[in-house]
Amino acid sequence: MSETEDSTIMIRAGGLTKAFGALVAVDGVDFEVRKGEAFGLLGPNGAGKSTIMRMIASVSRRSGGTLSILGMDPDERGPDIRGHLGVVPQQDNLDTELRVRDNLIVYGRYFGLPMKFLRPKAEELLEFAQLTEKAAVKVDSLSGGMKRRLTIARALVNEPDILLLDEPTTGLDPQARHILWDRLFRLKEAGVTLVITTHYMDEAEQLCDRLVVMDKGRIMAAGTPAALIQQYSSREVVELRFGSERNAEVALQLAGTGERIETLPDRILIYTQTGEEDLARIVDGGLRPLTSLVRRSSLEDVFLRLTGRSLVE
Amino acid sequence: MREGRPVAAGLRSVYAGRSHTVVLRAMYALKTSAWFVVVSGFFEPVFFLLSFGLGLGGLIGAIQGPKGLAVSYAAFIAPALLATSAMNGAIYDSTWNVFFKMRFARLYEAMIATSLGPLDIALGEIAYALLRGLVYALAFMSVMFAFGLVLSPWGLLAIPAALLIAFGFASCGMAITSYMKTFQQMDWINFFMLPMFMFSATFYPITVYPEAIQLLVKIFPLWHGIELIRGLTLGQFDSSILWHALYFAVMVAVGLVATTRRLTALFMK
Ligand SMILES: Nc1ncnc2c1ncn2[C@@H]1O[C@H](COP(=O)(O)OP(=O)(O)OP(=O)(O)O)[C@@H](O)[C@H]1O
Ligand SMILES: [Mg+2]
Repeated sequence: MSETEDSTIMIRAGGLTKAFGALVAVDGVDFEVRKGEAFGLLGPNGAGKSTIMRMIASVSRRSGGTLSILGMDPDERGPDIRGHLGVVPQQDNLDTELRVRDNLIVYGRYFGLPMKFLRPKAEELLEFAQLTEKAAVKVDSLSGGMKRRLTIARALVNEPDILLLDEPTTGLDPQARHILWDRLFRLKEAGVTLVITTHYMDEAEQLCDRLVVMDKGRIMAAGTPAALIQQYSSREVVELRFGSERNAEVALQLAGTGERIETLPDRILIYTQTGEEDLARIVDGGLRPLTSLVRRSSLEDVFLRLTGRSLVE
Repeated sequence: MREGRPVAAGLRSVYAGRSHTVVLRAMYALKTSAWFVVVSGFFEPVFFLLSFGLGLGGLIGAIQGPKGLAVSYAAFIAPALLATSAMNGAIYDSTWNVFFKMRFARLYEAMIATSLGPLDIALGEIAYALLRGLVYALAFMSVMFAFGLVLSPWGLLAIPAALLIAFGFASCGMAITSYMKTFQQMDWINFFMLPMFMFSATFYPITVYPEAIQLLVKIFPLWHGIELIRGLTLGQFDSSILWHALYFAVMVAVGLVATTRRLTALFMK
Protein backbone atom coordinates (compact mmCIF):
# COMPACT_ATOMS: atom_id res chain seq x y z
CA MET A 1 0.00 0.00 0.00
CA SER A 2 1.40 3.42 -0.93
CA GLU A 3 1.96 6.14 1.64
CA THR A 4 -0.69 8.50 0.37
CA GLU A 5 -3.29 5.77 0.57
CA ASP A 6 -2.12 4.96 4.07
CA SER A 7 -2.58 8.48 5.31
CA THR A 8 -6.26 8.46 4.39
CA ILE A 9 -7.02 5.57 6.73
CA MET A 10 -8.86 7.00 9.73
CA ILE A 11 -9.50 3.85 11.73
CA ARG A 12 -7.70 0.54 11.58
CA ALA A 13 -8.65 -2.47 13.67
CA GLY A 14 -6.77 -5.77 13.63
CA GLY A 15 -7.95 -8.80 15.55
CA LEU A 16 -9.87 -6.39 17.75
CA THR A 17 -11.37 -8.22 20.71
CA LYS A 18 -13.45 -7.26 23.73
CA ALA A 19 -14.40 -9.65 26.49
CA PHE A 20 -16.67 -8.92 29.44
CA GLY A 21 -15.63 -11.68 31.83
CA ALA A 22 -16.38 -14.92 30.03
CA LEU A 23 -18.52 -13.24 27.38
CA VAL A 24 -16.64 -12.38 24.20
CA ALA A 25 -18.63 -9.45 22.81
CA VAL A 26 -16.22 -8.66 19.95
CA ASP A 27 -14.24 -11.60 18.67
CA GLY A 28 -11.23 -10.63 16.59
CA VAL A 29 -12.56 -8.23 13.97
CA ASP A 30 -10.49 -6.59 11.23
CA PHE A 31 -11.57 -3.50 9.35
CA GLU A 32 -10.42 -0.17 8.04
CA VAL A 33 -12.30 3.08 7.63
CA ARG A 34 -11.07 5.55 5.03
CA LYS A 35 -11.33 9.29 5.03
CA GLY A 36 -14.66 10.69 3.89
CA GLU A 37 -16.49 7.41 3.63
CA ALA A 38 -19.62 6.28 5.43
CA PHE A 39 -18.80 2.98 7.05
CA GLY A 40 -21.54 0.78 8.48
CA LEU A 41 -21.73 -1.92 11.13
CA LEU A 42 -24.84 -3.96 10.46
CA GLY A 43 -26.00 -6.68 12.78
CA PRO A 44 -28.74 -7.91 15.13
CA ASN A 45 -29.06 -7.17 18.84
CA GLY A 46 -25.99 -8.21 20.79
CA ALA A 47 -23.77 -8.50 17.70
CA GLY A 48 -21.17 -6.25 19.33
CA LYS A 49 -21.79 -3.08 17.33
CA SER A 50 -21.98 -0.70 20.28
CA THR A 51 -19.00 -2.37 21.89
CA ILE A 52 -16.91 -1.66 18.78
CA MET A 53 -18.22 1.89 18.71
CA ARG A 54 -17.22 2.45 22.32
CA MET A 55 -13.73 1.13 21.65
CA ILE A 56 -13.38 3.47 18.66
CA ALA A 57 -14.73 6.30 20.81
CA SER A 58 -11.84 5.52 23.18
CA VAL A 59 -14.09 5.06 26.19
CA SER A 60 -13.71 1.30 26.36
CA ARG A 61 -10.39 -0.53 26.56
CA ARG A 62 -9.94 -3.39 24.16
CA SER A 63 -9.07 -6.79 25.58
CA GLY A 64 -6.90 -7.75 22.63
CA GLY A 65 -5.81 -6.95 19.09
CA THR A 66 -4.80 -3.59 17.70
CA LEU A 67 -6.77 -0.41 17.19
CA SER A 68 -5.52 2.82 15.77
CA ILE A 69 -7.62 5.94 15.36
CA LEU A 70 -6.08 8.79 13.38
CA GLY A 71 -2.82 6.96 13.90
CA MET A 72 -3.10 7.01 17.69
CA ASP A 73 -3.60 4.21 20.20
CA PRO A 74 -6.71 4.88 22.32
CA ASP A 75 -5.13 3.24 25.35
CA GLU A 76 -2.50 5.93 25.45
CA ARG A 77 -4.02 8.99 23.83
CA GLY A 78 -7.68 8.75 24.86
CA PRO A 79 -8.38 12.48 25.38
CA ASP A 80 -6.37 13.45 22.27
CA ILE A 81 -8.28 11.05 20.04
CA ARG A 82 -11.65 11.99 21.50
CA GLY A 83 -10.91 15.60 20.63
CA HIS A 84 -11.23 14.63 16.96
CA LEU A 85 -14.38 12.55 17.32
CA GLY A 86 -18.06 13.31 17.45
CA VAL A 87 -20.07 10.70 19.32
CA VAL A 88 -23.78 9.98 19.06
CA PRO A 89 -24.40 7.21 21.58
CA GLN A 90 -27.16 4.64 21.24
CA GLN A 91 -29.06 6.27 24.11
CA ASP A 92 -29.17 10.05 24.30
CA ASN A 93 -27.21 11.46 27.19
CA LEU A 94 -27.96 15.15 26.88
CA ASP A 95 -27.42 17.31 29.95
CA THR A 96 -30.93 17.60 31.35
CA GLU A 97 -29.93 20.35 33.77
CA LEU A 98 -28.98 22.66 30.92
CA ARG A 99 -30.98 24.43 28.26
CA VAL A 100 -30.77 23.42 24.62
CA ARG A 101 -28.24 26.05 23.53
CA ASP A 102 -26.20 25.62 26.70
CA ASN A 103 -25.92 21.91 25.94
CA LEU A 104 -23.99 22.80 22.81
CA ILE A 105 -21.87 25.51 24.37
CA VAL A 106 -20.90 23.62 27.50
CA TYR A 107 -20.12 20.48 25.50
CA GLY A 108 -17.85 22.57 23.30
CA ARG A 109 -16.12 23.89 26.41
CA TYR A 110 -15.26 20.31 27.41
CA PHE A 111 -13.16 20.23 24.24
CA GLY A 112 -11.44 23.42 25.30
CA LEU A 113 -13.05 25.53 22.57
CA PRO A 114 -13.30 29.27 23.26
CA MET A 115 -16.60 31.12 23.66
CA LYS A 116 -15.77 33.28 20.67
CA PHE A 117 -15.89 30.18 18.50
CA LEU A 118 -18.78 28.52 20.32
CA ARG A 119 -21.35 31.32 20.29
CA PRO A 120 -21.76 31.44 16.49
CA LYS A 121 -21.14 27.69 16.26
CA ALA A 122 -24.07 26.98 18.59
CA GLU A 123 -26.38 29.10 16.43
CA GLU A 124 -25.19 27.34 13.28
CA LEU A 125 -25.79 23.91 14.86
CA LEU A 126 -29.22 24.89 16.20
CA GLU A 127 -30.08 25.84 12.66
CA PHE A 128 -28.70 22.55 11.36
CA ALA A 129 -30.77 20.61 13.88
CA GLN A 130 -33.85 22.78 13.21
CA LEU A 131 -33.97 23.70 16.89
CA THR A 132 -33.43 27.45 16.72
CA GLU A 133 -36.82 28.16 18.29
CA LYS A 134 -36.10 25.74 21.10
CA ALA A 135 -32.72 27.25 21.99
CA ALA A 136 -33.78 28.46 25.45
CA VAL A 137 -35.95 25.57 26.64
CA LYS A 138 -34.83 22.75 28.90
CA VAL A 139 -33.89 19.50 27.19
CA ASP A 140 -36.65 17.57 28.98
CA SER A 141 -39.33 19.32 26.98
CA LEU A 142 -37.97 18.17 23.59
CA SER A 143 -39.52 15.30 21.63
CA GLY A 144 -37.51 12.14 20.98
CA GLY A 145 -36.64 13.22 17.46
CA MET A 146 -35.56 16.67 18.60
CA LYS A 147 -33.34 15.16 21.30
CA ARG A 148 -31.73 12.92 18.72
CA ARG A 149 -31.06 15.87 16.44
CA LEU A 150 -29.64 17.83 19.32
CA THR A 151 -27.37 14.91 20.21
CA ILE A 152 -26.09 14.87 16.63
CA ALA A 153 -25.64 18.64 16.61
CA ARG A 154 -23.74 18.37 19.90
CA ALA A 155 -21.46 15.74 18.40
CA LEU A 156 -20.51 18.24 15.68
CA VAL A 157 -19.52 21.09 17.97
CA ASN A 158 -15.80 20.28 17.79
CA GLU A 159 -15.94 19.90 13.99
CA PRO A 160 -14.94 16.24 14.25
CA ASP A 161 -12.95 14.34 11.64
CA ILE A 162 -14.92 11.20 12.43
CA LEU A 163 -18.56 11.07 13.49
CA LEU A 164 -19.67 7.91 15.31
CA LEU A 165 -23.40 7.27 15.12
CA ASP A 166 -24.76 4.36 17.16
CA GLU A 167 -28.24 3.61 15.82
CA PRO A 168 -28.95 7.24 15.03
CA THR A 169 -32.56 6.72 14.00
CA THR A 170 -33.82 3.99 16.33
CA GLY A 171 -37.09 5.02 17.90
CA LEU A 172 -37.84 7.76 15.39
CA ASP A 173 -40.85 7.94 13.11
CA PRO A 174 -40.24 7.68 9.34
CA GLN A 175 -40.37 11.43 8.80
CA ALA A 176 -37.85 12.14 11.54
CA ARG A 177 -35.61 9.41 10.12
CA HIS A 178 -35.63 10.99 6.70
CA ILE A 179 -34.77 14.40 8.13
CA LEU A 180 -31.85 12.79 9.93
CA TRP A 181 -30.66 10.94 6.86
CA ASP A 182 -30.69 14.21 4.99
CA ARG A 183 -28.51 15.82 7.66
CA LEU A 184 -26.09 12.91 7.54
CA PHE A 185 -25.81 13.13 3.74
CA ARG A 186 -24.88 16.77 4.08
CA LEU A 187 -22.17 15.95 6.57
CA LYS A 188 -20.79 13.33 4.23
CA GLU A 189 -20.71 15.86 1.44
CA ALA A 190 -18.78 18.14 3.75
CA GLY A 191 -16.12 15.44 4.02
CA VAL A 192 -16.86 14.06 7.49
CA THR A 193 -16.05 10.37 7.91
CA LEU A 194 -19.10 8.56 9.27
CA VAL A 195 -19.23 5.30 11.20
CA ILE A 196 -22.80 4.13 11.58
CA THR A 197 -24.30 1.14 13.35
CA THR A 198 -27.79 0.07 12.59
CA HIS A 199 -30.02 -2.92 12.38
CA TYR A 200 -32.13 -1.32 9.69
CA MET A 201 -30.99 -2.59 6.32
CA ASP A 202 -32.63 0.27 4.43
CA GLU A 203 -30.65 2.70 6.53
CA ALA A 204 -27.44 0.80 5.85
CA GLU A 205 -28.18 0.70 2.12
CA GLN A 206 -29.05 4.37 2.01
CA LEU A 207 -26.22 5.75 4.05
CA CYS A 208 -23.25 3.44 3.85
CA ASP A 209 -20.60 3.33 1.16
CA ARG A 210 -19.17 0.22 2.69
CA LEU A 211 -20.25 -1.96 5.54
CA VAL A 212 -19.54 -5.07 7.54
CA VAL A 213 -22.23 -7.55 8.48
CA MET A 214 -21.75 -8.74 12.04
CA ASP A 215 -23.14 -11.54 14.14
CA LYS A 216 -22.08 -12.72 17.60
CA GLY A 217 -19.01 -10.54 17.71
CA ARG A 218 -17.67 -11.64 14.33
CA ILE A 219 -17.61 -10.08 10.89
CA MET A 220 -19.51 -12.32 8.49
CA ALA A 221 -18.94 -10.30 5.33
CA ALA A 222 -17.71 -6.91 4.18
CA GLY A 223 -18.18 -4.76 1.08
CA THR A 224 -20.40 -2.18 -0.55
CA PRO A 225 -24.14 -2.82 -0.15
CA ALA A 226 -24.45 -3.60 -3.87
CA ALA A 227 -21.48 -5.96 -3.89
CA LEU A 228 -22.74 -7.80 -0.81
CA ILE A 229 -26.15 -8.25 -2.36
CA GLN A 230 -24.62 -9.42 -5.57
CA GLN A 231 -22.32 -11.84 -3.85
CA TYR A 232 -24.69 -13.33 -1.31
CA SER A 233 -28.11 -13.00 -2.89
CA SER A 234 -29.87 -13.07 -6.23
CA ARG A 235 -31.25 -10.09 -8.09
CA GLU A 236 -34.85 -10.57 -7.00
CA VAL A 237 -36.82 -12.26 -4.27
CA VAL A 238 -40.31 -13.72 -4.38
CA GLU A 239 -41.97 -13.67 -0.97
CA LEU A 240 -44.87 -16.05 -0.49
CA ARG A 241 -47.10 -16.61 2.51
CA PHE A 242 -49.26 -19.68 2.79
CA GLY A 243 -50.02 -19.45 6.50
CA SER A 244 -47.63 -20.66 9.15
CA GLU A 245 -48.73 -24.35 9.07
CA ARG A 246 -48.47 -24.79 5.33
CA ASN A 247 -45.24 -22.90 4.50
CA ALA A 248 -42.88 -25.83 5.11
CA GLU A 249 -45.05 -28.27 3.18
CA VAL A 250 -45.46 -25.97 0.18
CA ALA A 251 -41.75 -25.21 0.15
CA LEU A 252 -41.07 -28.86 -0.72
CA GLN A 253 -43.36 -28.60 -3.75
CA LEU A 254 -41.56 -25.45 -4.88
CA ALA A 255 -38.13 -27.09 -4.92
CA GLY A 256 -36.30 -26.25 -8.11
CA THR A 257 -37.86 -22.81 -8.55
CA GLY A 258 -35.29 -19.99 -8.68
CA GLU A 259 -31.72 -20.38 -7.41
CA ARG A 260 -32.42 -21.03 -3.77
CA ILE A 261 -35.36 -21.28 -1.40
CA GLU A 262 -35.39 -20.11 2.20
CA THR A 263 -38.26 -21.20 4.44
CA LEU A 264 -39.00 -18.97 7.41
CA PRO A 265 -41.77 -19.61 9.96
CA ASP A 266 -43.96 -16.89 8.45
CA ARG A 267 -42.99 -16.94 4.77
CA ILE A 268 -41.12 -18.59 1.93
CA LEU A 269 -38.40 -16.66 0.08
CA ILE A 270 -37.42 -17.67 -3.43
CA TYR A 271 -34.13 -16.18 -4.65
CA THR A 272 -34.19 -15.74 -8.40
CA GLN A 273 -33.21 -13.55 -11.35
CA THR A 274 -36.73 -13.57 -12.76
CA GLY A 275 -39.23 -12.91 -10.01
CA GLU A 276 -42.39 -12.05 -11.91
CA GLU A 277 -42.07 -15.02 -14.23
CA ASP A 278 -41.46 -17.44 -11.40
CA LEU A 279 -44.44 -16.11 -9.49
CA ALA A 280 -46.68 -16.46 -12.54
CA ARG A 281 -45.49 -20.04 -12.99
CA ILE A 282 -46.20 -20.86 -9.34
CA VAL A 283 -49.73 -19.45 -9.54
CA ASP A 284 -50.33 -21.21 -12.87
CA GLY A 285 -49.26 -24.41 -11.21
CA GLY A 286 -52.27 -24.13 -8.91
CA LEU A 287 -50.69 -22.87 -5.69
CA ARG A 288 -52.63 -20.01 -4.10
CA PRO A 289 -50.45 -17.97 -1.71
CA LEU A 290 -52.30 -15.76 0.83
CA THR A 291 -49.98 -12.95 -0.13
CA SER A 292 -47.18 -12.67 -2.65
CA LEU A 293 -44.61 -10.06 -3.49
CA VAL A 294 -41.67 -9.68 -5.82
CA ARG A 295 -38.91 -7.35 -4.63
CA ARG A 296 -35.27 -6.48 -5.10
CA SER A 297 -32.79 -8.32 -2.90
CA SER A 298 -31.68 -6.40 0.16
CA LEU A 299 -29.09 -6.61 2.88
CA GLU A 300 -31.69 -8.43 4.93
CA ASP A 301 -31.34 -11.31 2.49
CA VAL A 302 -27.58 -11.15 2.72
CA PHE A 303 -27.84 -11.44 6.46
CA LEU A 304 -30.26 -14.33 6.25
CA ARG A 305 -27.93 -16.13 3.88
CA LEU A 306 -24.94 -15.60 6.09
CA THR A 307 -26.48 -16.48 9.43
CA GLY A 308 -29.68 -18.35 8.72
CA ARG A 309 -31.56 -15.79 10.81
CA SER A 310 -33.39 -12.59 10.07
CA LEU A 311 -31.90 -9.30 11.11
CA VAL A 312 -34.85 -7.80 12.93
CA GLU A 313 -36.53 -10.39 15.14
CA MET B 1 -4.05 -9.00 28.28
CA ARG B 2 -1.49 -6.26 27.83
CA GLU B 3 1.27 -4.80 29.95
CA GLY B 4 0.94 -1.79 32.23
CA ARG B 5 1.96 1.56 30.76
CA PRO B 6 4.38 4.21 31.95
CA VAL B 7 2.97 6.70 34.43
CA ALA B 8 3.15 9.70 32.08
CA ALA B 9 1.09 7.95 29.42
CA GLY B 10 -1.24 6.85 32.22
CA LEU B 11 -1.87 10.43 33.34
CA ARG B 12 -2.36 11.57 29.78
CA SER B 13 -5.07 8.97 29.31
CA VAL B 14 -7.09 10.19 32.31
CA TYR B 15 -6.38 13.92 32.44
CA ALA B 16 -6.65 16.66 29.83
CA GLY B 17 -6.12 19.61 32.17
CA ARG B 18 -9.62 20.96 31.61
CA SER B 19 -11.44 20.38 34.89
CA HIS B 20 -12.44 24.08 34.96
CA THR B 21 -14.95 23.34 32.18
CA VAL B 22 -16.69 20.92 34.53
CA VAL B 23 -16.97 23.76 37.06
CA LEU B 24 -18.33 25.98 34.33
CA ARG B 25 -20.97 23.39 33.52
CA ALA B 26 -22.13 23.47 37.15
CA MET B 27 -22.49 27.26 36.89
CA TYR B 28 -24.67 26.91 33.82
CA ALA B 29 -26.76 24.30 35.64
CA LEU B 30 -27.35 26.82 38.44
CA LYS B 31 -29.45 28.79 35.95
CA THR B 32 -32.11 26.11 36.05
CA SER B 33 -31.71 24.92 39.65
CA ALA B 34 -33.65 25.65 42.83
CA TRP B 35 -31.99 28.55 44.62
CA PHE B 36 -33.33 27.76 48.06
CA VAL B 37 -31.27 24.55 48.12
CA VAL B 38 -28.17 26.60 47.47
CA VAL B 39 -29.05 29.23 50.07
CA SER B 40 -30.18 26.75 52.76
CA GLY B 41 -26.61 25.50 53.03
CA PHE B 42 -25.71 28.86 54.54
CA PHE B 43 -28.58 29.18 56.99
CA GLU B 44 -28.34 25.80 58.67
CA PRO B 45 -25.16 26.47 60.68
CA VAL B 46 -26.34 30.02 61.43
CA PHE B 47 -29.50 28.62 63.03
CA PHE B 48 -27.42 26.21 65.11
CA LEU B 49 -25.19 29.04 66.19
CA LEU B 50 -28.11 31.21 67.22
CA SER B 51 -30.07 28.55 69.11
CA PHE B 52 -27.20 26.65 70.77
CA GLY B 53 -24.47 29.26 70.92
CA LEU B 54 -26.50 32.24 72.02
CA GLY B 55 -29.52 30.46 73.52
CA LEU B 56 -27.96 27.53 75.34
CA GLY B 57 -24.71 29.47 75.74
CA GLY B 58 -26.52 31.96 77.98
CA LEU B 59 -27.13 29.14 80.48
CA ILE B 60 -23.68 27.60 80.19
CA GLY B 61 -21.54 30.69 80.31
CA ALA B 62 -17.83 30.13 79.69
CA ILE B 63 -16.19 26.87 78.71
CA GLN B 64 -12.60 25.64 78.54
CA GLY B 65 -10.90 26.05 75.16
CA PRO B 66 -8.32 23.62 73.71
CA LYS B 67 -5.47 25.00 75.80
CA GLY B 68 -7.50 25.43 78.95
CA LEU B 69 -8.30 29.12 78.55
CA ALA B 70 -11.94 29.96 79.12
CA VAL B 71 -14.00 31.14 76.13
CA SER B 72 -17.68 31.87 75.63
CA TYR B 73 -19.81 28.88 74.64
CA ALA B 74 -20.74 30.51 71.33
CA ALA B 75 -17.08 31.07 70.47
CA PHE B 76 -16.45 27.42 71.32
CA ILE B 77 -19.07 25.91 69.04
CA ALA B 78 -18.92 28.40 66.15
CA PRO B 79 -15.72 26.95 64.65
CA ALA B 80 -17.16 23.46 65.03
CA LEU B 81 -20.20 24.60 63.07
CA LEU B 82 -17.97 26.08 60.40
CA ALA B 83 -16.11 22.78 60.06
CA THR B 84 -19.38 20.88 60.00
CA SER B 85 -20.90 23.09 57.35
CA ALA B 86 -17.77 22.68 55.23
CA MET B 87 -18.25 18.96 55.61
CA ASN B 88 -21.97 19.01 54.91
CA GLY B 89 -21.69 21.14 51.81
CA ALA B 90 -18.91 18.99 50.42
CA ILE B 91 -20.71 15.77 51.24
CA TYR B 92 -24.01 16.93 49.80
CA ASP B 93 -22.43 17.94 46.50
CA SER B 94 -20.15 14.98 46.21
CA THR B 95 -22.64 12.32 47.25
CA TRP B 96 -26.27 13.03 46.38
CA ASN B 97 -25.54 15.26 43.42
CA VAL B 98 -22.85 12.97 42.08
CA PHE B 99 -25.00 9.90 42.68
CA PHE B 100 -27.78 11.37 40.60
CA LYS B 101 -25.43 12.34 37.79
CA MET B 102 -23.72 8.98 37.81
CA ARG B 103 -26.71 6.70 37.95
CA PHE B 104 -29.51 8.64 36.32
CA ALA B 105 -28.41 11.66 34.33
CA ARG B 106 -25.59 9.81 32.49
CA LEU B 107 -23.72 13.08 32.60
CA TYR B 108 -20.28 11.58 33.13
CA GLU B 109 -20.81 9.21 30.25
CA ALA B 110 -21.35 12.24 28.03
CA MET B 111 -18.35 14.07 29.49
CA ILE B 112 -16.00 11.16 29.08
CA ALA B 113 -16.86 10.95 25.38
CA THR B 114 -15.28 14.39 24.93
CA SER B 115 -11.61 15.11 25.35
CA LEU B 116 -12.08 15.23 29.13
CA GLY B 117 -10.61 12.41 31.17
CA PRO B 118 -11.95 10.90 34.42
CA LEU B 119 -9.52 12.94 36.52
CA ASP B 120 -10.79 16.16 34.90
CA ILE B 121 -14.30 15.19 35.92
CA ALA B 122 -13.35 14.26 39.49
CA LEU B 123 -11.32 17.43 39.99
CA GLY B 124 -13.98 19.61 38.37
CA GLU B 125 -16.84 18.29 40.45
CA ILE B 126 -14.78 18.61 43.62
CA ALA B 127 -13.62 22.09 42.72
CA TYR B 128 -17.23 23.16 42.30
CA ALA B 129 -18.14 21.67 45.67
CA LEU B 130 -15.22 23.66 47.10
CA LEU B 131 -16.30 26.85 45.44
CA ARG B 132 -19.68 26.48 47.05
CA GLY B 133 -17.97 25.59 50.32
CA LEU B 134 -15.89 28.76 50.04
CA VAL B 135 -18.98 30.93 49.68
CA TYR B 136 -20.57 29.30 52.73
CA ALA B 137 -17.37 29.57 54.73
CA LEU B 138 -17.00 33.27 53.91
CA ALA B 139 -20.61 33.94 54.82
CA PHE B 140 -20.39 32.06 58.09
CA MET B 141 -17.09 33.73 58.98
CA SER B 142 -18.76 37.11 58.51
CA VAL B 143 -21.44 36.06 60.97
CA MET B 144 -18.74 34.93 63.42
CA PHE B 145 -16.97 38.27 63.04
CA ALA B 146 -20.22 40.14 63.54
CA PHE B 147 -20.85 38.33 66.83
CA GLY B 148 -17.24 38.74 67.89
CA LEU B 149 -16.56 35.00 67.88
CA VAL B 150 -13.22 35.12 66.05
CA LEU B 151 -10.85 35.65 68.93
CA SER B 152 -7.54 35.67 67.08
CA PRO B 153 -6.12 37.00 63.78
CA TRP B 154 -5.14 33.38 63.09
CA GLY B 155 -8.87 32.98 62.57
CA LEU B 156 -8.47 34.20 59.01
CA LEU B 157 -6.75 30.92 58.25
CA ALA B 158 -10.01 29.19 59.14
CA ILE B 159 -11.21 29.92 55.62
CA PRO B 160 -8.52 27.93 53.80
CA ALA B 161 -8.81 25.35 56.57
CA ALA B 162 -12.53 25.00 55.87
CA LEU B 163 -11.69 24.51 52.20
CA LEU B 164 -9.18 21.82 53.02
CA ILE B 165 -11.79 20.05 55.11
CA ALA B 166 -14.33 20.34 52.31
CA PHE B 167 -11.75 19.05 49.80
CA GLY B 168 -11.06 15.99 51.92
CA PHE B 169 -14.71 15.16 52.42
CA ALA B 170 -15.63 15.90 48.81
CA SER B 171 -12.98 13.68 47.27
CA CYS B 172 -13.67 10.78 49.64
CA GLY B 173 -17.41 11.34 49.37
CA MET B 174 -17.25 11.09 45.60
CA ALA B 175 -15.13 7.94 45.77
CA ILE B 176 -17.56 6.29 48.20
CA THR B 177 -20.58 7.37 46.16
CA SER B 178 -19.16 5.69 43.10
CA TYR B 179 -19.67 2.34 44.84
CA MET B 180 -23.30 3.05 45.70
CA LYS B 181 -25.98 1.54 43.56
CA THR B 182 -29.26 2.27 45.33
CA PHE B 183 -30.89 5.02 47.37
CA GLN B 184 -30.86 2.76 50.45
CA GLN B 185 -27.11 2.55 50.26
CA MET B 186 -26.96 6.32 49.98
CA ASP B 187 -28.86 6.57 53.25
CA TRP B 188 -25.98 4.82 55.00
CA ILE B 189 -23.97 7.96 54.43
CA ASN B 190 -26.48 10.00 56.45
CA PHE B 191 -26.57 7.28 59.06
CA PHE B 192 -22.84 7.79 59.47
CA MET B 193 -22.79 11.59 59.25
CA LEU B 194 -25.24 12.52 61.99
CA PRO B 195 -23.51 10.72 64.89
CA MET B 196 -20.19 12.05 63.66
CA PHE B 197 -21.63 15.57 63.89
CA MET B 198 -23.05 14.97 67.37
CA PHE B 199 -20.06 13.26 68.97
CA SER B 200 -16.97 14.89 67.44
CA ALA B 201 -16.48 17.31 70.33
CA THR B 202 -18.79 19.67 68.49
CA PHE B 203 -20.75 20.95 71.45
CA TYR B 204 -18.39 20.17 74.34
CA PRO B 205 -14.69 19.37 74.83
CA ILE B 206 -13.58 15.86 73.99
CA THR B 207 -12.27 15.48 77.54
CA VAL B 208 -15.79 14.66 78.80
CA TYR B 209 -15.37 11.20 77.24
CA PRO B 210 -13.47 8.30 78.77
CA GLU B 211 -10.10 7.60 77.12
CA ALA B 212 -11.36 4.78 74.89
CA ILE B 213 -14.20 6.81 73.43
CA GLN B 214 -11.84 9.72 72.87
CA LEU B 215 -9.67 7.48 70.73
CA LEU B 216 -12.68 6.37 68.74
CA VAL B 217 -13.73 9.96 68.06
CA LYS B 218 -10.22 10.81 66.94
CA ILE B 219 -10.30 8.13 64.26
CA PHE B 220 -13.03 9.98 62.38
CA PRO B 221 -12.29 13.02 60.24
CA LEU B 222 -14.72 15.58 61.61
CA TRP B 223 -12.98 15.82 64.97
CA HIS B 224 -9.75 16.75 63.19
CA GLY B 225 -11.60 19.37 61.18
CA ILE B 226 -13.19 20.88 64.26
CA GLU B 227 -9.92 20.96 66.20
CA LEU B 228 -8.17 22.54 63.24
CA ILE B 229 -10.62 25.41 62.89
CA ARG B 230 -11.24 25.82 66.60
CA GLY B 231 -7.54 26.19 67.27
CA LEU B 232 -7.34 28.92 64.65
CA THR B 233 -10.39 31.01 65.53
CA LEU B 234 -9.70 30.81 69.27
CA GLY B 235 -5.99 31.37 68.72
CA GLN B 236 -5.23 28.37 70.97
CA PHE B 237 -3.14 25.81 69.12
CA ASP B 238 0.27 24.17 68.93
CA SER B 239 2.16 22.19 66.29
CA SER B 240 -0.31 19.31 66.59
CA ILE B 241 -2.58 21.39 64.36
CA LEU B 242 -0.42 20.29 61.44
CA TRP B 243 -1.44 16.67 62.05
CA HIS B 244 -5.07 17.67 61.68
CA ALA B 245 -4.28 19.36 58.38
CA LEU B 246 -2.28 16.33 57.25
CA TYR B 247 -5.26 14.08 57.99
CA PHE B 248 -7.24 16.00 55.38
CA ALA B 249 -4.37 16.14 52.90
CA VAL B 250 -4.32 12.34 53.01
CA MET B 251 -8.09 12.22 52.54
CA VAL B 252 -7.74 14.43 49.47
CA ALA B 253 -5.07 12.25 47.90
CA VAL B 254 -6.76 8.93 48.65
CA GLY B 255 -10.13 10.25 47.52
CA LEU B 256 -8.84 11.62 44.22
CA VAL B 257 -6.99 8.48 43.28
CA ALA B 258 -9.94 6.28 44.22
CA THR B 259 -12.46 8.49 42.40
CA THR B 260 -10.40 8.55 39.21
CA ARG B 261 -10.04 4.77 39.32
CA ARG B 262 -13.74 4.29 39.90
CA LEU B 263 -14.82 6.69 37.18
CA THR B 264 -12.51 4.87 34.81
CA ALA B 265 -13.92 1.51 35.86
CA LEU B 266 -17.53 2.69 35.62
CA PHE B 267 -17.49 4.69 32.42
CA MET B 268 -14.61 3.25 30.47
CA LYS B 269 -15.49 -0.44 30.70
N1 LIG C 1 -20.61 -3.24 29.90
C1 LIG C 1 -20.92 -4.49 29.59
N2 LIG C 1 -20.78 -5.47 30.49
C2 LIG C 1 -21.07 -6.75 30.19
N3 LIG C 1 -21.53 -7.17 29.00
C3 LIG C 1 -21.70 -6.22 28.05
C4 LIG C 1 -21.41 -4.85 28.28
N4 LIG C 1 -21.67 -4.16 27.15
C5 LIG C 1 -22.10 -5.05 26.26
N5 LIG C 1 -22.12 -6.30 26.78
C6 LIG C 1 -22.52 -7.55 26.07
O1 LIG C 1 -21.80 -7.60 24.86
C7 LIG C 1 -22.61 -8.11 23.81
C8 LIG C 1 -22.60 -7.12 22.67
O2 LIG C 1 -23.30 -5.94 23.07
P1 LIG C 1 -23.43 -4.64 22.16
O3 LIG C 1 -24.11 -3.62 22.98
O4 LIG C 1 -22.11 -4.32 21.60
O5 LIG C 1 -24.39 -5.16 21.02
P2 LIG C 1 -25.08 -4.34 19.85
O6 LIG C 1 -24.65 -4.99 18.59
O7 LIG C 1 -24.81 -2.91 20.01
O8 LIG C 1 -26.61 -4.66 20.11
P3 LIG C 1 -27.90 -3.70 19.98
O9 LIG C 1 -28.34 -3.77 18.56
O10 LIG C 1 -28.89 -4.35 20.89
O11 LIG C 1 -27.52 -2.33 20.41
C9 LIG C 1 -23.97 -8.36 24.42
O12 LIG C 1 -24.07 -9.73 24.73
C10 LIG C 1 -23.98 -7.53 25.67
O13 LIG C 1 -24.78 -8.12 26.65
MG1 LIG D 1 -25.91 -1.27 20.35
